[in-house]
Amino acid sequence: MYSRLYKSLVSIPPLLWVSVFLLLPYALMLVHSFWLVRDGILVHDWNLQNYLKVVQNPVYASVLFRTVRIAASVTLLSLLLGYPLAYYLSFHAGPRKELLYQLVIVPLWVSYLVRGYAWKTILGSDGVLNGFLHYAHITNEPVAFFLYSPFAVVLMLTHIYTPFVFLPIYASLEHIPRPLLEASQDLGATPRATFFRVILPLSMPGLLAGATFAFVLSLGDFLAPLLVGGPSSTMIANIVQSLFGSAYDWPLGAAISVCILVLTISLLVFSERLEKRWAFK
Amino acid sequence: MNLPAASVMETPAANAALLEVRSIEKRFGRREVLKRLSLNIGAGEFLTMLGESGSGKTTLLRLIAGFEQPTSGEIWMAGERLDTLPPYKRRVNTVFQNYALFPHLSVQENVAYGLRVGKISKTELAERVTAALQMVKMLEYAAARPAKLSGGQQQRVALARALINRPKLLLLDEPLSALDANLRKQMQGELKSLQRQLGITFLFVTHDQEEAMALSDRIALLKAGVLEQIASPREIYSRPVTAYTAEFIGQTNLLHAELRDGVAVCGALRWRPNLSTPIAPLKNGPVLFSLRPEAIMFASSTLPADSARFRAKIHQQLYGGATEMLELDCGAGQLLRARIPARAALTGEYDFAFLPSDAIPVREGA
Repeated sequence: MYSRLYKSLVSIPPLLWVSVFLLLPYALMLVHSFWLVRDGILVHDWNLQNYLKVVQNPVYASVLFRTVRIAASVTLLSLLLGYPLAYYLSFHAGPRKELLYQLVIVPLWVSYLVRGYAWKTILGSDGVLNGFLHYAHITNEPVAFFLYSPFAVVLMLTHIYTPFVFLPIYASLEHIPRPLLEASQDLGATPRATFFRVILPLSMPGLLAGATFAFVLSLGDFLAPLLVGGPSSTMIANIVQSLFGSAYDWPLGAAISVCILVLTISLLVFSERLEKRWAFK
Repeated sequence: MNLPAASVMETPAANAALLEVRSIEKRFGRREVLKRLSLNIGAGEFLTMLGESGSGKTTLLRLIAGFEQPTSGEIWMAGERLDTLPPYKRRVNTVFQNYALFPHLSVQENVAYGLRVGKISKTELAERVTAALQMVKMLEYAAARPAKLSGGQQQRVALARALINRPKLLLLDEPLSALDANLRKQMQGELKSLQRQLGITFLFVTHDQEEAMALSDRIALLKAGVLEQIASPREIYSRPVTAYTAEFIGQTNLLHAELRDGVAVCGALRWRPNLSTPIAPLKNGPVLFSLRPEAIMFASSTLPADSARFRAKIHQQLYGGATEMLELDCGAGQLLRARIPARAALTGEYDFAFLPSDAIPVREGA
C-alpha cells in the first residue's frame, strides 16, 4: 500500500494547520486566562482570579443563562421547523425533492451579515413587518419589541441555523430503508405508530447532530445580538468580544472563553455518545 | 397453429378459496405489469408465484399486502374486500426479501412489534414472543440486534415476526434468495414443515423453479403479467400447457411436428399421438409437442409396440452424477436432449425411443 514516507508527507500539512491555527491559539487562550491586567498592562502573574470573577460576578452568570436560553430556543425552533421539512422532503416531496432541497440549501450561500441586515429591514419600527401591520390596520403604532430584543435574536438565529438542523436530519431520514416502513405497516402499525416506533428512533442520530449544531453555533454567536439584539439580549460572546476589545481585559475574556469551550466540548462529547447509542449499523 | 387458444386448465384448490384475486390490473405509468389477472388461493394452501423478474409476481404480492393499489380489479379475503383496506388493517403478513428487520430493536422486540402496536396484555405478549422464538429456534438470540445475526438467523426472526399476529395469509417475497445454496435447501424444508404445522396459507414468490417444485401445493407461473398456468408441481411438470411453461419448468425438447392422418412427424421422429388431449382435439397441420429429456430412452424389445423409435448419433454426453444428459444428433441438424441413468462413455449411433403419450402437445406462447 502507501509507504510510511508518503503517509507522513500527506499528514504534515493538516497537522501543521491544526497546530498553528487551532491548538496554538487555544493554548495561548488558556495561558492568558491565568494572567492579569494591572493598570492597563498585561502582567504574567499566575493566578485564578479571572475564574473567581466569572463565578462571583452575577452579570456573567445571568448573561450565560440568557445565552443558554436563547440557544435552547433556537435549537427547539429549528428542530420544529427542520424536522417536518426534512420529513416532508424525504417521504412526500416526490419529483420536487431535488428542487426543494436546493431551495433549503441556497440561503447558506448568502452572507450571514446580509441575512442579519435583512432581518433589520423586516423587523425595524419602519420595517416591512410593521409597515404591513399598520397598513392592515392591525396596529396603530410600530411594534417596538420586534427589533432589538431576544425575540429578534432567536428569530434570526433560527432562520440561519434551520438548514444546519435540516441537513443531518434529512440525511438520516434518507438512509432509512423504505421496506422497514412497509414492514411496520404490515405488522399492523398505523402511519402514526410507524413514525414514532421506526422513523423517529432511526432518525435520532441526525436529530441529535442537528440539535448540537444549532445549540453550539447559537451559543457562540455574537453578531445576531449585535445586529438585531440590543442591550437586553447581550450574549456571552458579546461580553468576550468587549473584554478583548474596548474593555481591554484579555485574561478575563480568555477565562470566559475557556469556560464556554469546556461547556461546548462536553456538549459535543455528550451528543456524540448519544448518537452512538442510537446508531445501529 | 391448429390448436385453438384453449382456456387454462382449472385445478380446483383443495379447500374453499381464502383469497380471491379478481381480474386485477396494475399499471405503472404506461407499463402494464399485471393484465387482468385472476387467481384463487385455498385455505391452508402453499401456493408459489413463479416467474422471471418483471413477470409481475412481486407486484401481485405487494397488491395483496397493500403496499400498492390495483389500477382495476378487486382482492377479497375470507368474504371481505381486501384491496380497499390500508396494509395495517389486513390480516396478511409479509416476510420481506431482505427481511427488513428493525435495526434499532432486538430480536425479541422485532418479533414483539406486531403485538406491541396492537392491544394485548404484557403477559400474553411475553408468552407469544417466547413461543414464536422457540418455533424458529432463536430463543437464545432474543436480546441480540439483527446486525449481529447471520442471514439464516435473520430469516428465522423475520418469519417469527411475520407469524406473531397469526395472519390468515403469509406472503413470502423471495425469502430464501439471499441465502447460500445449502442453507437454502435446509430452510426450504423448515418452511414447508412450519406451514404444515401451522396450517397457515402461504403465498410464496420465487424465480427458482426447483424451489417452487419442492415446496408448493400449486404453482402459478406468471409471464409478463399473465397467468401462464396454475397447477400442482407434478401436473405443471408432466402436463405443461404452453411451450413457455414446458421450458421454464425443467428442461424439454420442443418438437415442431406436422400432424397428418394421426401421425406426427418431426424430422427423424414419427409417432402416433393420442388425438384427444386435455387441451383440445388435435387436428391435421402443425402441432407443437414438449418431450422431456427423461422420456427418451434406449430402444429395447420390452417397449410397447406403438413407441416411437429413432436412430441418433451421440453428439455430446454431459455427466451429472446419477443421471447424464445426452445431446442426440438425429441428422439434418435436429438435436434432442435425453436424460438417461449414468453409464459408461458412449460414442457412435444408437437406437432410441419414447412413448407417444410422453410427447405433450403445447400451445405456442400466449
